[in-house]
Amino acid sequence: MGYALNFNLIWRHFDKLWGGLLLSLELAVISIAIGTVIGLVLAVWYVSAGRIVRTIIAAYVEFIRNVPLILLVYLVFYGLPTVVDIAYSAPTSFVVTLSLYSGAYLVEVFRSGLEAVPRGQLDAGKAIGLTPWQRLLNVRLPTMLRITLPALSNTFISLFKDTSVASVISVPELTYGAQWINFNTFRIVEVYLVVTAMYLVTGYILLFALRLVERRFRAAR
Amino acid sequence: MSTSPKNTPALLDVLDVSKAFGTVQVLRSVSLQVAKGEVVTVIGPSGSGKTTLLRCVNFLESYDSGSIRIDGKEVGFREAGTRQRRSERDLAAMRAETGMVFQSFNLFPHLTAAGNIMLGLTKVRGKSNAEARTIAEHWLGRVGLAHKADSLPAELSGGQQQRVGIARAVAMGPKILLLDEITSALDPELVGEVLEVVRSLAEDGMTMVMVTHEMAFARDASSRIIFMADGGVSAAGPPAEILAADTDNERLRTFLARFRASHF
Repeated sequence: MGYALNFNLIWRHFDKLWGGLLLSLELAVISIAIGTVIGLVLAVWYVSAGRIVRTIIAAYVEFIRNVPLILLVYLVFYGLPTVVDIAYSAPTSFVVTLSLYSGAYLVEVFRSGLEAVPRGQLDAGKAIGLTPWQRLLNVRLPTMLRITLPALSNTFISLFKDTSVASVISVPELTYGAQWINFNTFRIVEVYLVVTAMYLVTGYILLFALRLVERRFRAAR
Repeated sequence: MSTSPKNTPALLDVLDVSKAFGTVQVLRSVSLQVAKGEVVTVIGPSGSGKTTLLRCVNFLESYDSGSIRIDGKEVGFREAGTRQRRSERDLAAMRAETGMVFQSFNLFPHLTAAGNIMLGLTKVRGKSNAEARTIAEHWLGRVGLAHKADSLPAELSGGQQQRVGIARAVAMGPKILLLDEITSALDPELVGEVLEVVRSLAEDGMTMVMVTHEMAFARDASSRIIFMADGGVSAAGPPAEILAADTDNERLRTFLARFRASHF
């Protein structure tokens, strides 16, 4: 018998993990909120814009989607301040990165949703005399939201897990907390078992909440 | 060929309208006048331009040349013969004056029956929620759906959805109502309830232009029938004249013969 599991040291430092989880959630919520705004604005702009704007938005989306998140995190945290005169903390830098990153994914989600709204509904909106803005707010966006909710849930869960990448620039979120305990106690199996369980439970709770929202809206279809 | 009844000013005046989709000419200098209170039915084989004509009247489609006026006002373009498109705001205001009912109902799926009717009343007509609700309930009553005010479209049958569609259009108080094959997507047993609503609107004096394949209904409910073929008006006149089996118009005769063969 080689290795005996011993969780005592993990519990002694559990505040690192708990604080880390809260920070992970905070990073995710702020980044997703900003990313949602970016995604919505660019998607609405995209579907009504000409070729030049479309090309620029598509370039942004393709760039982000084809570069690993960890590289983007390094670029924004180490690269950007050497080129331009800005200074920000690691958490802020990560929020900027994850916002841009989630924005790119959400543009795609919202764009395909907007394009999936049946033409007939837009015609009906025109026929009763709604202006383009009114059609967008009262007809197109509500229907788009119902169409995209399942894809949106998946993206949100992914983005929550992506906060673990912040550990590479020493943001003390959950994965970083796990590394700290590992380095200081050498209880690698125990700490990662606990952290895995924490990601899993949190992910399930998020998914459950999002499914509730989905069901509520699906009933209203 | 004149399609206007004598001595009545036209509410809808379509003059020489032509339109092409790419290389396909869908409307060939179509002219059509509809007086206030008239019910005009447009018939014709599929692809003859009937639906496109209706969609031009409220400018859901633009057209290449000609003029469409409602109550003397040019619909899609600025006055004085220019081909300058109206602003989106103006277009929206013009469209509020025409009601349209669609083949596929096109109800807003996230809004209840009453909500579908209230949207235009609150956003376009500036009514309060309470006022709009009262109007919506009145029209739902008229189409026999007072008890479905709070149902979502998905909870309604096709016939019920289409009656909400009609209520949504007439509640706006349009000058003219456009009906685009409104029973074509319905199961046969649901057609009657929808046509009954249209008939009662006609009795109230609502001006209507409808595209339909319900020949019996067209004969009973319309003051005139327009027969379109290949994008142009091929024949026009009172129902008895147009639907007569011995018409001189070769294409009309063929259309009616085919129609009878397939529907009886």
